[in-house]
Amino acid sequence: MSTQETLFDASELTVSMGPQHPSTHGVLQVKLKLDGERVIDAQCVIGYLHRGVEKLGENQTYGQFLPTLDRTDYIAAVSNCLGFCEAVEKLLGVTAPPRAQYIRVILTELNRISSHLLWLGTHALDIGAMTVFLYAFREREEILKIFENYSGARLTTHMFRIGGTQYELYDGFQDQVRAFVKDFPKKVAEYETLLTENRIWINRTRGVGVISAKDAVDMGLTGPPLRASGVQWDLRKAKPYAAYADFEFDIPVGEHGDTYDRYMVRMEEMRQSARIVAQAVEKIPDGPLMAKMSKIIKPPVGDIYHSIEAPKGELGYYIVSDGSTQAYRARVRPPSFVNLQSLRKMVIGHMVADVVAVIGTLDIVLGEIDR
Amino acid sequence: MAEEKDNPNAQKPTPPPKPAGAVPPPPPKPAAPAAPPKPKGPVPEPWSHPLVDAINEKFGAELVKAYTFIGQNQIEVKKARIGDIMRFLRDNSIIPFDYLVDETAVHWPKDEEFEIVYILYSFKKNERLRVKTRTKEWEAVESVVSVWGTADWLEREVYDMFGVQYANHPNLKRILLPEDWVGFPLRKDYNIRLQDVDWVRKHLGIDSGQKYYVGEARHEAGDYITPTD
Repeated sequence: MSTQETLFDASELTVSMGPQHPSTHGVLQVKLKLDGERVIDAQCVIGYLHRGVEKLGENQTYGQFLPTLDRTDYIAAVSNCLGFCEAVEKLLGVTAPPRAQYIRVILTELNRISSHLLWLGTHALDIGAMTVFLYAFREREEILKIFENYSGARLTTHMFRIGGTQYELYDGFQDQVRAFVKDFPKKVAEYETLLTENRIWINRTRGVGVISAKDAVDMGLTGPPLRASGVQWDLRKAKPYAAYADFEFDIPVGEHGDTYDRYMVRMEEMRQSARIVAQAVEKIPDGPLMAKMSKIIKPPVGDIYHSIEAPKGELGYYIVSDGSTQAYRARVRPPSFVNLQSLRKMVIGHMVADVVAVIGTLDIVLGEIDR
Repeated sequence: MAEEKDNPNAQKPTPPPKPAGAVPPPPPKPAAPAAPPKPKGPVPEPWSHPLVDAINEKFGAELVKAYTFIGQNQIEVKKARIGDIMRFLRDNSIIPFDYLVDETAVHWPKDEEFEIVYILYSFKKNERLRVKTRTKEWEAVESVVSVWGTADWLEREVYDMFGVQYANHPNLKRILLPEDWVGFPLRKDYNIRLQDVDWVRKHLGIDSGQKYYVGEARHEAGDYITPTD
């Protein structure tokens, strides 16, 4: 006996989410296999934004590559720049002067705040909380104004140079930063009144996208998702770079490894970043901005791996130098790319609507995933 | 005048200390001929550690060398037993490397070889280690997906960009480029302006106007065919 199968007979349904979908934060396609509204499998399709950044790195000089790197994780361009500058400096055997180190820390931490604010706004918007988005962008604007005053750009800032920083601080920089970090903890408290005890928010995030510490380590999760699973690990403490060893700050951790914990970890991280900036801005040392080095950057033959704690996780650069002005191999270890891999593990068994929450909580930037 | 006299006097006593001070110089002098070619940069130094001894004991000839470069520890191993070595590195009690930070490759066309680089990290000991192994174009490397889940996408990217083959990978297909793209962009013989013009014409309906191309002509020459075809 043969029956004609129709779409409605099959219990499995394949739904393609994206690449044009408002909650995938760019051009990410997720192929979902559904049983009713329950996810039984998820495949990510990426590469829509591939521009061959690593190939460009082999065909540009070290200095020219910096602006290109701004365009990988364009939400946290300052971190990208810092990581690559430090990697090349390490290979050259050069250390940026203390004044440059402090400026780097201040701007990078401000960038962490702005990146987390963008995450908070869009993540809450995805789940349906419209107001937070407007609040978060209000403060993000203040940070971008500081960036614009300092470097002339708001997003792709090209903030630092190999060996230090190029620009001296502008008049009123310290006052502007001081005013921002003084006010900011109150603003975080304001966001929290909107979300932390909000019943809808808790229902949508508690127990969603749970990942255990063991799985998180196995999948190479870093940044807030790892800490929310209870692993207290932050590269700023584990392997201090720039001037981070000089400042006091805490590493927030979660317990359950769910979306709610990741939210709490990021909220606390913003406060801690403001704390670091407040300390740094008070004691910026005097001195030169650039280390003494030749104008043509020719690192010695060899290879180096250097990584920093970007807002999204461990951002690493593996550089192989053949002694010329261009890198022989410039590898970017993108945190978003590795973190996104855990999406499948996190969404299986949940509802379609939860996929949106999990994509948001991973805080991915497609520019960095695809490079 | 007196100063002039003092100076020669002062110079005379100095020679005696010089021979005394010259006793240490002899060791650097033999090293000096080797040093002039590389005064520019740091030199790899041998790395001795209980872990290296343990690897040596367990895998013997598989370990090619262990060294430190700018404070970063690295080992080079042969690829034949890479899976076992990686499992050992993860499970050993000296430095358990529980986190695979990155896996990538470097193309060395002169040797016709690809260097696979694994960057490992140990949460317990706060130590990093780079493991390198070399492979030829059509020789598969054992996948480490069964050791660290992270390797899945990372190995797919290495395959995508370099065409390196992995054995026992659950899903070895292109990740960033389209499935039917021809060529492996991060190889050194892939010019930066190179493009699969046939693909662009077929899927986007435009002529990209690129002078260099990978396409039919290359297919006929036998180059750049996706190994899975």
